[in-house]
Amino acid sequence: MSQETKQNNIAFVIGASSVGTLIEWYDFYIFGMLATIISKQFFPADAGTAALLSTLAIFAAGFIVRPFGALVFGRLGDLIGRKHTFLLTLIIMGGSTFAIGLVPGYATIGWAAPILVLILRLLQGLALGGEYGGAATYVAEHAPAGQRGFWTSWIQTTATLGLFLALGIIILIRTNQGVENFSAEWGGWRYPFWISILLVGVSVLIRMRMSESPMFTKLKSEGKTSTNPLKESFGQKANFKMVLLALFGAVMGQGVVWYTGQFYAQSFIETVCKVEFVQSRNVMLIAILMATPCFVLFGWLSDKVGRKWIMLIGMLAAVLTYRPIYKEFINITSAANRTKIVDARLTSTMTSYPIYDAKDKTKIYLKQQTDTTYYDGSVFKYFRTDTIILKAPRDETRPITLINPDMIQYSSPNPHLVVEKTMGDAAYWDMIWLVFIQIVYVTMVYGPIAAFLVEMFPTKIRYTSMSLPYHIGNGVFGGLVPFLGTLIVEFTKTSSNPAGDSLAGLWYPIGVASVCFIIGLLYLTNKIDKNVMD
Amino acid sequence: MNTIKKLLGYVWMLIAPCIILFLVYEAYDKISKAPATTQSNVILQWVIILLIFTPICVGFFIFGSYASKGEYDHLPAASSEID
Repeated sequence: MSQETKQNNIAFVIGASSVGTLIEWYDFYIFGMLATIISKQFFPADAGTAALLSTLAIFAAGFIVRPFGALVFGRLGDLIGRKHTFLLTLIIMGGSTFAIGLVPGYATIGWAAPILVLILRLLQGLALGGEYGGAATYVAEHAPAGQRGFWTSWIQTTATLGLFLALGIIILIRTNQGVENFSAEWGGWRYPFWISILLVGVSVLIRMRMSESPMFTKLKSEGKTSTNPLKESFGQKANFKMVLLALFGAVMGQGVVWYTGQFYAQSFIETVCKVEFVQSRNVMLIAILMATPCFVLFGWLSDKVGRKWIMLIGMLAAVLTYRPIYKEFINITSAANRTKIVDARLTSTMTSYPIYDAKDKTKIYLKQQTDTTYYDGSVFKYFRTDTIILKAPRDETRPITLINPDMIQYSSPNPHLVVEKTMGDAAYWDMIWLVFIQIVYVTMVYGPIAAFLVEMFPTKIRYTSMSLPYHIGNGVFGGLVPFLGTLIVEFTKTSSNPAGDSLAGLWYPIGVASVCFIIGLLYLTNKIDKNVMD
Repeated sequence: MNTIKKLLGYVWMLIAPCIILFLVYEAYDKISKAPATTQSNVILQWVIILLIFTPICVGFFIFGSYASKGEYDHLPAASSEID
């Protein structure tokens, strides 16, 4: 085969594998990103059992079913082949995603809605558990020796690009439809689920044209495939110790760095810094787009200098700089660090929306909006909601503005206050750079890891052996970043500081990445395995 | 270097049960403090976390045990060493 034909062949393999994996990530993310709406539509807050099902859907899909899927499909991939296995995972993922978009809400079909959505979400987790190992193995087994890091890094871009695609499509539909139409029972939030079937259809057609991995085909023709991949992967000490090393010396740290950079950052910008919905997502979108080429860069570099040091430097950089980066997020978005525009007409505008209680004539629900504009172009909106009790029944002919403090019997000393910040250009770009730095760390730890894992295990049990540590590292250690981060913030809450230390949640990823760095530094080798045919 | 690897193996073996104990304590604390309306949900969350972290901690203990016995002093260079 000529060099050009070989290059075309590997490019097709990468393209076909990557598109499918990207779509699987997209499918998995849209559920998480639309969790608030899904929860409202399928899991009503007043129903205790529905809340349990909601928790199962969120927790079990990531933490239990993903590693389980890795075992089920990993075993299948080592027994019947990579191609048919990751074709199956794609169909399961696409089918269940599309079906979630078709399930009527709780208001229409009652309990069947949360149960159906739970089952479909678990199927998504199962399929995702089987997909990545298959795609990474398949590409690596096609890649020429000495270029494995470069070619598999394209697969590594898919998780981030899947996030980009999911964010982009949701923002596009939400902006076009408006919040109300988007959130309705049969509103725009369902479109991303329906779009999935088109993407999956195209990807299935492409994947059906692919041939089986040459290494697996060779093993099969020689009758050397594994008869019991699970037993050989985890029952033999020599291989099991490598599975443990892969998990604790590389993937565990990679998982927390990945989740912190791409999910915790967005959640922090939105819930702690109070940056407005669309702007906080645009920050992520731009940073992701700018940093994505680094996956390929570090994958390529890992072929030259080895995988270990690139991954460990990424982890160490994250450990050392996470707290300064997140402190800077707070500084950038703080009202204390900016100067208000002096012109009173622009400085703040207050609008009140009183709602009178129909039965109780002494009760008024008050919603006030105060917009404060700053010199740097930032606008901070403060929404204050309060319930006021008047001393005497109100005079309905009197406007709310004419109610003076003497007439009020009670107003809450701590009214509910919601802040929504739209940052000016300088602060906006500062946030983008801070997220960009974190995603560069992600590309350092994640770019070379597929090649690293593939080279650790023999062909006949590769799919099973690399899938489990990957999904424990990413699904469990990474997936728990928001939950355990919030838990650690809880520890710091005191009577003198009821909000707690908002940076304390970072100790979880910092701690896990530190332990992983030490293990990786001492126990891993930087040697590149040139021969993965064995 | 191999001595450090072996000594740290004992540290990993010690950390593993500590993590389980910490999680059990936290689970008990959070479940007992949860309001009655959300208690079953909090129980479910912590049961899932304990279910998934217990085998991982067992794995970490085994990793420590292997390290302390010098199993990682030499990593296999070819698949024949694993088979």
